[in-house]
Amino acid sequence: MNNSKSIRIFVLGVLFLLMVASGCKKKETPPPPPPPPKAPTATLSANPASIQRGQSATLTWSTDAATDVALDGNKVDASGSQTVSPTETTTYHLTAKGAGGTQEATAQVSVAAPPPPPAATPTPAPQVTDDQLFAQMVQDVYFDFDKAELRPDGQQALAQAAQIIKQKGWKVQIEGNADERGSTEFNLSLGEHRADSAKQVLIQNGVSADSLKTISYGKEKPQCTESNEACWQKNRRDHFTLLH
Amino acid sequence: MLKAKRIGARILSLSCLLAMVLGGFLTAAAQDRIKIELNMGQERPRIAVPDFKATNADPQSGPLATVFNQTLWSDLENAGIFDMVAKSFYPSQVPGQPTELAAKVWSDPPPNAGVLTFGNLGVSSGKVDVQGWLYDVKNPGAPQILGKQYKEDATPDNARTIAHRFADEIIARLGSGIAGIAESQIYFVSNRSGNKEIWSMDYDGANQKQLTKLGSIALSPRVSPDGSRLAFSALTNDSWQIKMYSMDLGRTIAFPRSGGDNFSPAWSSDGTKIAFSSSMHSGLSEIFVADASGGGARRLSTGKGDVSPVFNPKTNGQIAWVSGRTGLPLIYVMDADGSNVQKMTDQGYAVSPAWSPNGLLLAFAWVRNYGPGVLGGQDIYLMDIASRQIVQLTHDGGRNDFPSWSPDGRHIAFQSNRSGTEQIWSVLADGSHLQQLTRQGRNSQPNWSFK
Repeated sequence: MNNSKSIRIFVLGVLFLLMVASGCKKKETPPPPPPPPKAPTATLSANPASIQRGQSATLTWSTDAATDVALDGNKVDASGSQTVSPTETTTYHLTAKGAGGTQEATAQVSVAAPPPPPAATPTPAPQVTDDQLFAQMVQDVYFDFDKAELRPDGQQALAQAAQIIKQKGWKVQIEGNADERGSTEFNLSLGEHRADSAKQVLIQNGVSADSLKTISYGKEKPQCTESNEACWQKNRRDHFTLLH
Repeated sequence: MLKAKRIGARILSLSCLLAMVLGGFLTAAAQDRIKIELNMGQERPRIAVPDFKATNADPQSGPLATVFNQTLWSDLENAGIFDMVAKSFYPSQVPGQPTELAAKVWSDPPPNAGVLTFGNLGVSSGKVDVQGWLYDVKNPGAPQILGKQYKEDATPDNARTIAHRFADEIIARLGSGIAGIAESQIYFVSNRSGNKEIWSMDYDGANQKQLTKLGSIALSPRVSPDGSRLAFSALTNDSWQIKMYSMDLGRTIAFPRSGGDNFSPAWSSDGTKIAFSSSMHSGLSEIFVADASGGGARRLSTGKGDVSPVFNPKTNGQIAWVSGRTGLPLIYVMDADGSNVQKMTDQGYAVSPAWSPNGLLLAFAWVRNYGPGVLGGQDIYLMDIASRQIVQLTHDGGRNDFPSWSPDGRHIAFQSNRSGTEQIWSVLADGSHLQQLTRQGRNSQPNWSFK
């Protein structure tokens, strides 16, 4: 018996049959009707989905089987992203149109008002200290060159100052000064006269002499050092300080 | 300190000075210049002052000899009583010892000297040794007037001090018996440390030293007649007080506080009394006199605007001071008990009286024609008290103030802003030999020591 040769013929025969069979399968039948077009898909998302007024969010979308994609009426690519800054909570609509129909997708961005600023701690009503009140009410008075008499405006100012000095029971130091001209020692005497003038006016307006102290600085404590009349006038003064 | 004592020739010399001032030396020239005879009418001696020789090879000899020679020359020139023979006339051979002296070479022309000083200086074992002579080279035999020897630690300060001492010896011998001032001191106010404090310096501006360190405002220094203490006025935390500084201890010492503000202390020349101005009584300054310890204060004046008292140092029987009782400051004199008040100036702005040591002249600072818009300076003037005649000492305008007499009555220290800032200057009483003594910071209110 010659088995290998017979097997070979058998396999070929099977193969031939298979080919025929498959060919049989591929019979020329009438083609099936084309499948219907695919329906478009659309997805839309917002990130973040919640913002505070003034912040921004990013809309991201993708579509499939769509030829015409619009985001709230504006044509966009089939897929993409866009930054939005709505001032109020807003719902965004993506519309994807294709041969297979139309698909919509939405995404919402919630907008919250910014948190209120932290409640301000109430500022205390400003308190005027005695020193500040004194500086406001008892101001420098000025003198003419070589003179120790108060001018009318100085007398008036001191008459008014006398009222609050009495009312508050203040103790006051009156400091007499002179400009740089003139001799060191005589200017100390001139400053004394200037301080004394103010003292007399205050006493005439009811301030008790015990509450007033005078001192002269002559030309030793100038407010400015330029050699001109503007500076000299500034230095020809009585200055007042509150004694504690 | 070696000092010649004042001698009885004083009386003769005083009347000579009076005669000079009153008699015919007051010119009527527009600028009221006066030539005050400083050597009491005697001719000024022609003195030659060649350098002292450095005698040995010690490296310090040269530099110390230089300091000595410069100081000796300056002291003799500053004295104002010599006709200094210029060094260009000196012969090339200079003696270092009497044996080397050839007197005729010096008394003949060109030097034509009347007196000659010479000597030598050497350093050994850390000591400087100086020998000095003064010879009369004009008279036959060229007699020796002076021969002195000094030995101190070898420092530039000591070389200066020895020169001062030797110069004063020469001046005492040749200057009518009035002691030289080469060792005197000037006290003053300086702000160069950041505050106004009291400082001292030699009469020629050397050795400037800070004395007080109060960190406040210190004014009006006045040294005591014996030089041991210095009174001044200072701003304390609530008032101005008279304070006392001890030279020996190098600090302020206790002194009684007064009420009110207290300014401008002044010593009587016997050291027993201090006059000052105080507002303790009326709130305005008046003149008081207290003991040197500050006790027993009595009120003298009633002007209420009175400052800057000074005693007549010759008698201590009178006080001159500044009063604003009529408005602008003027100078007054009263007896030391407050009686017999006389007004000495009658116009302008007059301050800072200073009595000459012989009691005959008042120096003061004056703006003679004073008024708004009148620019121009304040100058130092001299008044002959007996005749009330006044002559002007400084002429350059600017502000000149606080004249203070030297102990020999021939020099005046004062403050002036002529260099741009307030500085201390000195000048001879005839207006010559003007010298700037301070340069750093602002310096004011000079007070020349009593000796």
